[in-house]
Order: sequence, then C-alpha cells, then structure tokens
Amino acid sequence: MLRVLVGREIKLVFRRKSEILNPLFFFLIVTSLFPFGISPEPSVLGLLAPGVIWVCALLALLLSVDALYREDFDDGSLVQMVMSGVSPASIVFAKAITNWLVTGLPLILLSPLLGVMLNLDNDAFGAMVVSLLLGTPSMCLIAAIGMSLTIGLRRGGILLSLLVLPLYIPILIFGAMAVNAATVGQEFVGQLALLGAGLAFTASLAPWAAGAALRVSLSE
Amino acid sequence: MAWTWFFRLGSPKWFYQIAGRWQPWIWGLTLIGLSVGTVWGLFIAPPDYYQGDLARIIYIHVPAAYLSMFTYVIMAVSAAIGLIWRMKMAFMFSISCSPIGAAFTLLALVTGSLWGKPTWGTYWVFDARLTSELILLFLYLGHMALYNASDDIKTADKSAAILAIVGVVNIPIIHYSVEWWNSLHQPASLSKLAKPSIDESMLWPLLIMIFSFKLFFISMVLPWLRNNILWRERDSQWVREMIEK
Repeated sequence: MLRVLVGREIKLVFRRKSEILNPLFFFLIVTSLFPFGISPEPSVLGLLAPGVIWVCALLALLLSVDALYREDFDDGSLVQMVMSGVSPASIVFAKAITNWLVTGLPLILLSPLLGVMLNLDNDAFGAMVVSLLLGTPSMCLIAAIGMSLTIGLRRGGILLSLLVLPLYIPILIFGAMAVNAATVGQEFVGQLALLGAGLAFTASLAPWAAGAALRVSLSE
Repeated sequence: MAWTWFFRLGSPKWFYQIAGRWQPWIWGLTLIGLSVGTVWGLFIAPPDYYQGDLARIIYIHVPAAYLSMFTYVIMAVSAAIGLIWRMKMAFMFSISCSPIGAAFTLLALVTGSLWGKPTWGTYWVFDARLTSELILLFLYLGHMALYNASDDIKTADKSAAILAIVGVVNIPIIHYSVEWWNSLHQPASLSKLAKPSIDESMLWPLLIMIFSFKLFFISMVLPWLRNNILWRERDSQWVREMIEK
C-alpha cells in the first residue's frame, strides 16, 4: 500500500517539476544571502557555515511540504483516500517519504557545493552530509504532523512554522553540533547517534500522530 | 459506584457549580500559602553563603519553572483523556491550561535572566536549559495559536490536543538538560529520590512556595475553565436561566 501511495505522490510531483526546483533555489539563494549580510571574509563564513546550511535546509524543507498537501486537499482527493479506507497514517508517511526523496535528498546533494562556497572546513563535509541524511527525514516527518494539523485552516502557512519550528530545534542543535565538532577535529559520532535515535523515534511515532491529526482536519 | 464522581466531572453544569463553590476556599489557601512562603523565603530564611540575598529569587524562580513543566504535563494528560474518552470537559481543561503555563514559563525565563545577570554576568545565554525552556514557551504559544485559528470548536479541541501530546517530548529534554549537557545552569536543587542538595532552612520555604504555586495554578485555572464552560454552553438551558436570574 505504502509503495502505491509513494508512487502516486512521486508521479504527481514530477508532473509539476517547478515544485521540485523551487525549494532548491530557495536553499541556494538564502544561503548566499549570508555573505552579503554578515561578511564575505572566508574565516568568518567558515565559522558560520554549519549553522547557516542547517537552518537554510530546514526552512527549504518546511516550505516544500505545503505543495504535497494543498492540492490534494483542495480537490478533495485527500478526503476520498481516507474515506476509501486507506489508513491516514500511511498517507502521511507516504507524503513524508516523497517529501524527503524529492526535496530532502537533492538538498543534501547540493549542500557540499554550498559548503565550498561558504568555506566550510574540509574535514566537516562528511559530517555535514551524514548529519543531514539523518536529520532531514525526521524533519519531514515532523512537518507532516504540523501540515496535517493546519491543512484545514485558511491561514495555515505561518501557523505551520510556528508549530513545527520549535520541534525542529533539538534536531538542529545536534546536527549543527556534529558539523561544528568535525570542523575543529573532534569526535562527532555521539551527535550522529542522537540524530539517528531521533529519526527512529519520529519514524515510529510521528506517522500516527500526523494520521490522527489528518483525520481531525478532514472531519470538518 | 466509586466512579460516578469521575463521570460527573464530565458534566459542564455540575463542574461549573462545584468549582464556583470551591473557588473562594482555594483562593484563600493560595493567599495564605503564598504569603507564608514569601515572608519565610524573603525575610526569615538565611541568605546564601556565596550569593547573599541575591539567591532569594530562587523562591520565585524554581516554583515558576517547576510549574511551567507541571502545567504542560497536566495539559497533555487531559488532552489525552479528551481524545481517548471524548470528554469535552477534558478538552476545556487542557485549553485553559496553556495561557497559564505560558505565563509561568515567561516568569521562569524573566526571573532566571534577572538572576543570571549578576551571577553569570549575562541576561541570556543559549544554553541547554534556557533554550529548552524557551522552546516550551513557543510550544505554549503554538498551542494557543492553533486553538484560536480554527473556527470549528471540535476540530480546534482535537488539533490542539494532538499538538499538546506531541510537544510532551520536550519535557524530559528540559528536565534532564542540566545533566546531559555541560550547562551554565546549576543542576536541580530538588529531587524526589535523592537527599536534596539544599539546606533544610531554605528547603522548607521553597517547598511551601512550590505547593502554593500549585494552588495558585488551580485558583487561576478554575476561572478560565468556568469562563470556557459558560461560553461553550451559552446556548444551553441552564446557562440562560442563570444569566436571567
């Protein structure tokens, strides 16, 4: 069932290709604003790079999640799917997987390029990619909870970030900590392990919470 | 038979009346507790060896921080009760908790930063305990915003309840943050199992303050809850009769 749902989501996304590219452009542009805003000095940028890349990836992911739900909600297919007996938990899980595949993964592939632009320490590239690999799926799953809670609201957009960003903070802390530790040559396996634990936790519980929220939002 | 009181709690009318009868007594107790604790803590208890009279802010800061988490747990538990047994009173109670919890969180953050300036030399640092308490404030704000965003009250109840339950993950993070990370913030002064690391002459006023803050929470939540009941039951017979009387 999950495979069918993910297949459907991916097919839909690839019919609107701009929606794959927009979050990536956003990631690229926002990250390149920091040198203008702070300082083009390479040593300063190298210091800021881990946090900047993590925060921008997080915002790009958050912005991309709306597209997966909005159209399905507006044309009623989300209601139809729930009514046809598909468990809401697997619908949101499929959407989270798709979100990660079409936005999270390209962001991760793009991140080394931004690391070069921001003068990230050479030793930190591995830590950055691995921490993003472990952190972004949790963020997609948490965003699914927020999106399911706010889908029925007229002005859900800003509320979504209000609900979801506080829950992102622990992931952001450990992700950026891992990259920072790598730049100064310290051990960073501990932070990665915590990110992995977070992923196991969100992957096992978030779909249920998001599914329950979706059911509530659709019952209106 | 023993469970009838629990089911009667689910009746807004019954709860409204019983809470109205208890309210003055609880307010009285709160007032006594807060004044005893304040006088004992601020005037009678000995000053701290290192910090002198400065440490007396503990009698406000610790109860406020404790209650900020306590309120969140209560809010999430009643949200879960509401979702599981579909009790509308539980939803109303959960909703009434979040403004009060947000106020406690803000109080803990403000007293903490006032305490931090002379002792740590800064009002604010992004350290684990402080940041996670700030996240708690954001969670409360998000909870209120989500509840107020929805037009349909049943949807609002349920969505807010789910959010409250999801946010519970932050509570252990706050509680253990001082043990997990090297933090500027000192480790907990009180613990249920171990012998407290604080002298008895300061422990008693602190415990009284914590207990009175709990009473204060109850005396604050009851009016909120009664207002909520009146507003939601505004079309029912008993509310009309009461207003016309």
